[in-house]
Amino acid sequence: MLADYPALGIFFLLTIAFPVAAMALAWLFRPKPKAVPEDEKFLTYECGVDTRGKTWIRFKVNYFLYALVFLAFDVEVLFLYPWAVKFQVLGAFAFIEMIIFITILLIGLWYAWKEGALEWY
Amino acid sequence: MEALFINLAEAFTGWMIRLGLNPAWAESILLLVKWIIVITIITVNIIILIWLERKISAFFQERLGPNRLGPFGIFQTVADAIKLLTKEDIVPSAADKLIFKTAPMFFIVVAVMLYTVIPMGKDMEVINLNIGLLFFISVGSLSTIALLMAGWGSNNKWSLMGAVRSVAQMVSYEIPLAFSLLGVVMITGSLNLQDIVAAQDKWWFIVLQPIAFITYFIAATAELNRGPFDMPEAEQELTGGAYTEYTGMRWALFFLAEYTNLVAVSALMATVFLGGWQGPWLPSWLWIIIKTYAVILVFFWVKWTFPRIRMDHLMSFSWKVLVPVSLGNILLTGAGIYFCRWMGWC
Repeated sequence: MLADYPALGIFFLLTIAFPVAAMALAWLFRPKPKAVPEDEKFLTYECGVDTRGKTWIRFKVNYFLYALVFLAFDVEVLFLYPWAVKFQVLGAFAFIEMIIFITILLIGLWYAWKEGALEWY
Repeated sequence: MEALFINLAEAFTGWMIRLGLNPAWAESILLLVKWIIVITIITVNIIILIWLERKISAFFQERLGPNRLGPFGIFQTVADAIKLLTKEDIVPSAADKLIFKTAPMFFIVVAVMLYTVIPMGKDMEVINLNIGLLFFISVGSLSTIALLMAGWGSNNKWSLMGAVRSVAQMVSYEIPLAFSLLGVVMITGSLNLQDIVAAQDKWWFIVLQPIAFITYFIAATAELNRGPFDMPEAEQELTGGAYTEYTGMRWALFFLAEYTNLVAVSALMATVFLGGWQGPWLPSWLWIIIKTYAVILVFFWVKWTFPRIRMDHLMSFSWKVLVPVSLGNILLTGAGIYFCRWMGWC
């Protein structure tokens, strides 16, 4: 099985060549006018109006709350996958244990819901 | 016909070994050949799919669609590709150059990597990975980063809005996506996609796991940023979301990656829920193509039928409906397996 992963690595390196080749092909065909940095063409596009203010500002906090809840659940997914693979072998005890685990997480979801972390303001 | 490609591969390796190459090198060259085949499959499929989507959406809206170039406008995509090749490459002066340039490449690399584990027929896959399903989910979720890179690197307000929206959406729908596949893993007891296909010789998992199929379908639509979940690139309000600043080949790479993802996810759905390459009469590699295209057509159908969903509805639908339902499905599957044993059916 270990031999699969070097193959995966080789495939990954080959795959990097694909977009590079595509860009190289485009470079052969596309027009290359002399670029002037002050050129209007290189301004940020905002429907024809000059852009005002910075883009990289502090963002709405809602996204962060979703990210936190996501993190908790994504770790849970990682726990559940090995359990699911061995589910038929482990017997009833593992099933009951996992019910308790899922219940705790559902309480967590309920708490996040109650506190308004899942609302979009 | 069944073992056509396997026999070809074996003959090819045998021929190389007889030429005096050692087996490791022969395997590597075979991998290169497989890579070329995968790239060809992707490119050909996308040329067909873009034409097909435009044609189908036209029929949905009682238009004609592309109809000038070739019979039924079939060369439209080729013409578009040539047009995109000859477009000037514009990098906005305000952009973060390195991130802006690597984002489309990252996106397409991630999308192509998904094809390594998909079984394209009986004993046919690029690499028979024992954790295939987990690999697919984890690599598939990396496309979130590509969109964030594109939006952040562009230094454009539309792009950033689109990127942040798509990250929030994809992150939310990843949870039900991963949860809904757990039921299948519990029944099969394996993450290997070939094993999952082999487990479906009697019943397809769409019959045993109908709830999982529906939640997976919805979550996958959101994960692909396709309509009705296409808030991140809503043309009418965000002028194209994260792709706003991209031109020419870079934009084309994004488009290519989106359709590559679409085909990969449809193929996974066909593999996990619709019996994969199993089917009567026809060879296995033809069955997977037929099933994949059936799933893709459903994706098109959904996209061109439903209106776009509002952002707050979209997020609350994932967290308040799909996550509890898919968690319940896990418990239901567990109870179902014990019930089935208790009744002595399995």
